[in-house]
Parts: sequence; structure tokens; C-alpha cells
Amino acid sequence: MNFFKIIIVIIFFFFSLAANAQDSNSKLINKISKNIRCLVCQGQSIYDSQSDFAISLKLMINKKIEEGYTEEQIYDYLINQYGEWILYDPKFNKNTFFLWLLPILVFLGGGWIVFKKTKFFKL
Amino acid sequence: MKNKTLPISIIIFLAFCFFVFLKGLSNTNNYIPNESLGKKIASFNAKNFFNEQEINSDELFIEKKIYLLNIWASWCVPCRNEHGILMQLSQNDSIKIIGLNYKDNLDNAKKFINEMGNPYSKILRDQDGTISIELGAYGVPETLVIDNNKIILKKFVGPLNNQSLKEIKSLIR
Repeated sequence: MNFFKIIIVIIFFFFSLAANAQDSNSKLINKISKNIRCLVCQGQSIYDSQSDFAISLKLMINKKIEEGYTEEQIYDYLINQYGEWILYDPKFNKNTFFLWLLPILVFLGGGWIVFKKTKFFKL
Repeated sequence: MKNKTLPISIIIFLAFCFFVFLKGLSNTNNYIPNESLGKKIASFNAKNFFNEQEINSDELFIEKKIYLLNIWASWCVPCRNEHGILMQLSQNDSIKIIGLNYKDNLDNAKKFINEMGNPYSKILRDQDGTISIELGAYGVPETLVIDNNKIILKKFVGPLNNQSLKEIKSLIR
């Protein structure tokens, strides 16, 4: 009887491991899909879209994860195929540095104006 | 004088915004990815349309010819429009046309070929659309011009027309 109990526990253990792996894969697919622009239904991410292109791309991402690609490697692969525009969150490089730095510059500039104009800091 | 500066600057600002948006209207928002141009196509496996046999893409681009890889589907209306041009191109000996049947019902696709004619030297099946993604394509119809080194020379997104026919012919010469 004890032998059966052990077998059942082992089976459940492996099933739960498999389910967990599946779950973390689908989480990663969802995370990546939300950052990928659907090129045929522009304005939507492939996570939101049910177009043929989006469905195939999600399958492709799943396939790449199973092949052992990391999130960054999948982004690099898609940039290589479709260009930087496919990412909603563009990478920091010479073309996008202004985009990334602008909010910081506006914040610092605004802060400087507030600092100069407000009496509070002069006390 | 001071009273007039504010309304004038507001008018100039609004006029500036108006012209920026007006110019924006004339730009098309459709992004056509051209990243794959000049690159070698990834090697892939696909099933043969007629006998379900597995084919590797490396076996396809061997002869010293220009290859057209046409992504099509029987449910795609623009594919019907471009089919005549493909039939015309299939008469040309220096071109080989390979079809990639995209997410299609096999019976419907066979009916399409029987009805419209078969311009393809080989047809492969892309059942889940992932082969098209490997090729950097994003829909149907799309046609890639590939040389025997498997380099993508040109890409036509949407149905082929007389202009694209001329461009393809100029690539052969």
C-alpha cells in the first residue's frame, strides 16, 4: 500500500513540475506579446490581437522559448526580422536616446524653473 | 505692444500645429518592414503541398536562377488578382516561382490551383504561419525575390501589379 502512495506522490510531483514550467512559459509569452506591435493591425499589441499575423507570432515566440531563447534574444530576433519598430518599448541607442532622455530633461528644466521662481527656496 | 505678443504667438503656434498635422495626414501610417532585404533567408522545413513530403529550403534554391517566393492563400482576394501576373512570369525560363500556401484549407487551395492554373514549380505549406515569420513576411500576398545564394533581393508586399512585373523583369537582366 505504501508503495502505491509513494508512486502517486511521485506522479503528482512530476505533473506539478510540468504544470509549473508550462505556466512560467505562458507568462513569458504574455509578457513578450504585450511589447510586440501587431504589424497588420497597427496600434494593437500581438497580445490583444487575434489577427493571423499575431497568432503566428505568438506561436513563434512559444517555439523560440522552447528552443531555449531568452526574452532579450527573442527581441533581437524580431528586430532582425521586422526592425526596431516592432517593439513598443524601444531599446536605448543612438536613435532613441533623445526619446528616453527628454522626460528627464523636461523634469530637470521644470524643477529649475520652480526652484528659481518660488520664494520657498529663497528662505 | 505687450498685449499683442501673446495672441500673435498663440496664432503662430496654432498655425505651426495645423501644418504639422496637415503634413502628417499625407503620410501613410502603414509600416512595411524592409529589414530582411539583402539578408540570407533562414533555412526551414515545410511540407510539400501535393504529397505532404517534408522538404528543406536548402534543396530549393540550387539552380542559377531568380526565385520568386510567393506567399498566397485561397481565402485571400488580392491573391486572385495577382495570379495572372504569376502565370505570365511562369513562362519565363530564368525565373522559378515557389509558392508558400499560408494558413489554408488544403481542399480549397487545391481548388484554387485547379481553377486559376499553377504557376509554381513547387508549393510548400505553411500551416501555422511560422515559416512566413521566419522569412520576415507578415501577411498575404507577399512576394520575395531571392537569388540562388538565398539572398532576398526585393520584396513586394501586397498583390503584384504591372509595375512590380517590370521591376522583376529588370532584375533578371
